[in-house]
Amino acid sequence: MANFKLNGIVQQLDIEPEMPLLWVLRDELGLTGTKFGCGVAACGACTVQVNGVAMRSCVIPVSAVEGAEIITIEGLALNAAATAGTAPSLTAVQQAWIDYQVPQCGYCQSGVIMAVTDLLASNPSPSDEEIDQSITNVCRCGSYPRIRKAIRSLATA
Amino acid sequence: MKITRRRFLLSTAIVGGGVLIGYSATRPSRHRMVNKELGQSGQHYLTTWLRIDPDNRVTVYVPHSEMGQGVHTSLAMMAADELDANWELVNVEQAPAHDLFANGEIIKGFAGEFGLPGFLQTLVGAAAFKIAEIGNFQITGGSSSVRFTGEYGMRTAGAAARQMLIDCAASRWEVPADECYAQLSHVHHNASGRSFSYGELAAETALLEPPENPRLKQPSEFTIMGKAMSRSDIPPKVDGTAMYGIDAHSDDMLYAAIRLSPVFGAKLVSVDAGEVLNRRGVVKIIELEDSVAVVADNYWRAKEALKLVKAEFEQTGNESVSSADIFARHDRDLASGNDKNDKKVGDTAAAMEAAADIIEAGYRVPYLAHAPMEPMNCTIHFHDGKADVWTSTQDNLGIRGRIAKVADLDENAVTMHPVYLGGGFGRRLPFNWNVIDHATLIAKQFDVPVKTVFSREDDMQQDYYRPAVSSNFRAAFDAAGNLTAWENKFTGPIQTPGAAHIPYAIANQSIRVVDSASHVPVAAWRSVDHSQQTFFTESFVDEVAHRAGINPYQFRLQLLTDHPRHRKVLEVAAESAGYGRDLPEGRAQGIAVQESFGSVVAEIAEVSIDADGQLKVHKVTCAIDCGRAINPDTVEQQVESGIIFGLTAAMYGEITIAEGRVAQSNFPEYEMVRLAQSPEIQVHIVESGEALGGLGEPATPPIAAAVANAVYILTGQRIRELPIKNHDLTRTIPIAQR
Repeated sequence: MANFKLNGIVQQLDIEPEMPLLWVLRDELGLTGTKFGCGVAACGACTVQVNGVAMRSCVIPVSAVEGAEIITIEGLALNAAATAGTAPSLTAVQQAWIDYQVPQCGYCQSGVIMAVTDLLASNPSPSDEEIDQSITNVCRCGSYPRIRKAIRSLATA
Repeated sequence: MKITRRRFLLSTAIVGGGVLIGYSATRPSRHRMVNKELGQSGQHYLTTWLRIDPDNRVTVYVPHSEMGQGVHTSLAMMAADELDANWELVNVEQAPAHDLFANGEIIKGFAGEFGLPGFLQTLVGAAAFKIAEIGNFQITGGSSSVRFTGEYGMRTAGAAARQMLIDCAASRWEVPADECYAQLSHVHHNASGRSFSYGELAAETALLEPPENPRLKQPSEFTIMGKAMSRSDIPPKVDGTAMYGIDAHSDDMLYAAIRLSPVFGAKLVSVDAGEVLNRRGVVKIIELEDSVAVVADNYWRAKEALKLVKAEFEQTGNESVSSADIFARHDRDLASGNDKNDKKVGDTAAAMEAAADIIEAGYRVPYLAHAPMEPMNCTIHFHDGKADVWTSTQDNLGIRGRIAKVADLDENAVTMHPVYLGGGFGRRLPFNWNVIDHATLIAKQFDVPVKTVFSREDDMQQDYYRPAVSSNFRAAFDAAGNLTAWENKFTGPIQTPGAAHIPYAIANQSIRVVDSASHVPVAAWRSVDHSQQTFFTESFVDEVAHRAGINPYQFRLQLLTDHPRHRKVLEVAAESAGYGRDLPEGRAQGIAVQESFGSVVAEIAEVSIDADGQLKVHKVTCAIDCGRAINPDTVEQQVESGIIFGLTAAMYGEITIAEGRVAQSNFPEYEMVRLAQSPEIQVHIVESGEALGGLGEPATPPIAAAVANAVYILTGQRIRELPIKNHDLTRTIPIAQR
């Protein structure tokens, strides 16, 4: 039995311990906002938060998240609202993604938003170099200039 | 492209108390085979629909796929502007890929009177059955949506609707129509101060005959076009709710993982599935002509099980072919004398004969994969003699026809569910059938939805690639140092006519092509032939400029006397980039210009190379003349996107063939520009007022040459083969930037 908390809800699943979290989310639970991009943790499209840390779910066996708290793109705003005690709305990162018209095809952006959320939580004012080192997701559409602008807009001075 | 308005027809229908106004191109008479294949005479290809509901909301049905290029928003803007609609009240929906959409009218895709998109012409040839297939396309490609569907369809439909609404109001008020005007989804009569909302007029408007030639606005009258509008597809892309093809899901869904022959085109000989069927969740092993698939209740289970299946494929004779063999074949074919004329001006042979100096160079580029972020996939649910389909495609109607054909169903029994595309870049165009065909044959064996998914490795190794091309150049100077001849011979076949042509005023030009075959499947890749040819021509013209001792920017301007749009974008880019100013130590600027898909683009790349030979592109300044910008923010997005896509190809992009198969399998081996390598990009839109140019592709071609031309200044190395990562840039003999 796999046990973990997903977007605030306890999950108990009879699945193979080695099944990667990505496929648990997508195929077992039908939560498709987390994307399959490469399967080898090279692109970041599958990034979720495990106990508040951004991780690439395509290579994490579900056994490795036993008892953990997992947040996906679908639960990001709800989780932020619950933490802050406010009504759910978009997070500041999601809103910046709209304000700066960041996504193009958008397929990679769930993962990018999860990674940026983690970066800004641990480093509210990252330098360009820190942004480069931390956000290594592949965006085939090349939304990078806008990703950078949106992150800068969120960085506290 | 000459399109006369009278070829267009408009139709109306009443729906839900509102009006649906459609615009069509008549079935093309010159394509008699299409008529014969596809239907009765008198049917119309309605390509654009507007709907006005009693609550005054407007819905624009866009017959194109949204893959991040912002087409749903741009096209809706064009219709809404001509309609004088209140943008706040406008919804956008992707037009369903159904024949029967409303009142028995037929929606057909983008084809027919618009002609075949150029990039498809060489693919389809003149074969009648292929043209018939074309007649059934709903294509998103060739940077064509805004230029054609928007400019001719959306605007006409919007203008017709506006005129009909005004006529309707005028008739109710019993006043002349020219005393009335439309604004923000209302018709007003100033003299009496009366007004109606469009919603109040909608039902009655549906009874009016649509005008034959509705008046389109002048640019000075635009209220929505030309303004930066937020894209309607972005909000669902930040909270995980946007549905891509791969996101189709149901509780009873099955998943297929598939293995094709690693050597292209080989048929399946035998399969040993061992105990795989006993594995958890595995439902079936399916053998197809060219592949074996495992179907399970979860994609990971299917994929893991497939690893244990042994499959043997036939020998095709290509098992030892390598990239080196393919390039050697290029060289043989280029030397064979079998080349054909592509363009001829003057007498190049005589100019070469009389030359005081001749410069020559050979260029080549490798195959490239498309690698859209969403791996290829297709979900089909066969039930009750019908099929429901979810797949990310650049052509819903074309895919519908293909699935119907493969499944032996009537097209009308196949329903395409519109989804967002996780990138396309040409991979999801017609003729790139492999996932679609396989998914159809697999799903047909079940009565529940089956999702067939290519892994990233499958995606990279079973693509239809950008062709590898070799190109040899010579240029001649006379004794006075004037450039007198340009000679170019490259390997084809040509996918994009004219891509190898140059805008430069050179009296003698000989541009020739020789077909060079290989077993590697090829197709359109963002900007098609322009991506290779612009690297070649804009690099070689740079070589010629340096040989002439003239700064490459001035050299181009001197030869562009007949091309004011090219001159203008070069001047705007150079001015903005500070071309020729003192750069920080160790940096240089390279320049390139190209026209493609109706837009003219100049790019200047500011580049440095560190002591380890690591290249860094700091900044790209781009000026684009796309005629007019419909949504300026989308223009900037597409330019940024096109540059980064082309930069990835220039710096890293390489699919190599070894033992008949693709050597690369996933991103670590097929590297991408990421945030750290992404340059600052400055975009300048030059509005020439010329016909609308495309945007999805034109920014891609110039960047490789712009960067390579800067590398030459920094190192003295002329990059004649891509990608740049294969060159040792520590070897430097800098050239003074003039």
